[in-house]
Amino acid sequence: MSVSVFLTVNFLSSVVAGIIGALLGLGGGIIVVPVLTLFLGVNIHYAIGASIVSVIATSSGAAAAYVRDRITNVRIGMLLEMATTTGAISGAFLAGFISPKWLYVIFAVMLGYSALAMFQKRHQELPVGVVTDRFTEKFRLDGSYYDVALKKQVDYRTTGVAYAFPMMYVAGVLSGLLGIGSGLFKVLGMDIIMRLPMKVSTATSNFMIGVTAAASAGLYFMRGDIHPFIAAPVALGILLGAHLGTRVMSRIKSVTLRMIFLPVLLISALQMLFKGMGW
Amino acid sequence: MSRLKDEKVPDKSHSQEDSVIGQVEIIISNILRFGVLLSAAVILVGLLWLIITHHSGYGQDLFGNVARIIAFRDGGAGQFPTALGEVLGGVLALKPYSIIALGLLLLILTPVIRVATSVLAFLYERDYLYVGITLFVLAVLVFGFIMGKGGE
Repeated sequence: MSVSVFLTVNFLSSVVAGIIGALLGLGGGIIVVPVLTLFLGVNIHYAIGASIVSVIATSSGAAAAYVRDRITNVRIGMLLEMATTTGAISGAFLAGFISPKWLYVIFAVMLGYSALAMFQKRHQELPVGVVTDRFTEKFRLDGSYYDVALKKQVDYRTTGVAYAFPMMYVAGVLSGLLGIGSGLFKVLGMDIIMRLPMKVSTATSNFMIGVTAAASAGLYFMRGDIHPFIAAPVALGILLGAHLGTRVMSRIKSVTLRMIFLPVLLISALQMLFKGMGW
Repeated sequence: MSRLKDEKVPDKSHSQEDSVIGQVEIIISNILRFGVLLSAAVILVGLLWLIITHHSGYGQDLFGNVARIIAFRDGGAGQFPTALGEVLGGVLALKPYSIIALGLLLLILTPVIRVATSVLAFLYERDYLYVGITLFVLAVLVFGFIMGKGGE
């Protein structure tokens, strides 16, 4: 394999990962890691280091646009980051004590259940009848954004922070422990428990994943897992892709977004199940 | 702001809150955009420099041995910089890998700086609940970095 082939394949697949990551509120590791290891023969440690970079690149690249357009709910993001960052560090501590085998199975079941819950909502463009509970009210999390696809201002309410907060902690532990994207769980927590509009859930997840990843990125860098030759095309490709993804996201409807999200959810659930069962 | 025209008439406190959070969002968005553009520019310069010179600056020749570079993890020792001092020294010596690493570090730091700036933004808006929340997140991040350093 020549230098130019490596750089081109790496860059182009990262653009795709950036688009999907920006759309769905994920880090893009789902695409970056398999492409690097299976197609390009990159060492797994370098691939994971590059995927940490890809999470941060997706997050910052996409959030710059989403925050400006007010699709991101900054307060929700900040509040839940308390749980995700603490979780990420707990996960790093726990890594030596817990066998990830059963965790994979448990999380696979959780993802599968969530896929079902999301499938039932597949025709729902915006949440209806959400009532802010009294605890959630304290944090002033209700919001409003202009939906380009619907051509109208969307006002929404927020609920269930008391339940979403522990789930975000678990999502953080997951990313610290298994090193896999906790973006899925963040989106699901906001969609199913807090009942936010789908676009707000994915954009706010995007906002948060960069901070969760940054908590451990320094460690990966000093350990020598972030290889410049491998991570550079990933970072540039992801940043371009994330920029394109934000433009797509504002123009499509939430029901379409769910239709893209569902298969990714199912594939991830199966991947985790396989890993947990050692198949 | 003309987008808000069609909106149902908001009560006063709500619209006040809207303008406050709007300010915070503009600051955060600008910080993120600046961090992303700066790091992308530095990474691009380093990558182009690598492609032009065909040399990493760390004893690795790029011709014909891509698989050798990417397939084995030799602890990273000496192949590319893994500490801030090494990175900065390498940048001064115009080593391509160091320039790329500097860009990657800037990218990693962007979310941290975003959190730090948010503390100031919320403080400026006298939103003390969220000053506290954001400070907590910042403290956890700093703890994570220190722990990472100590762990090695």
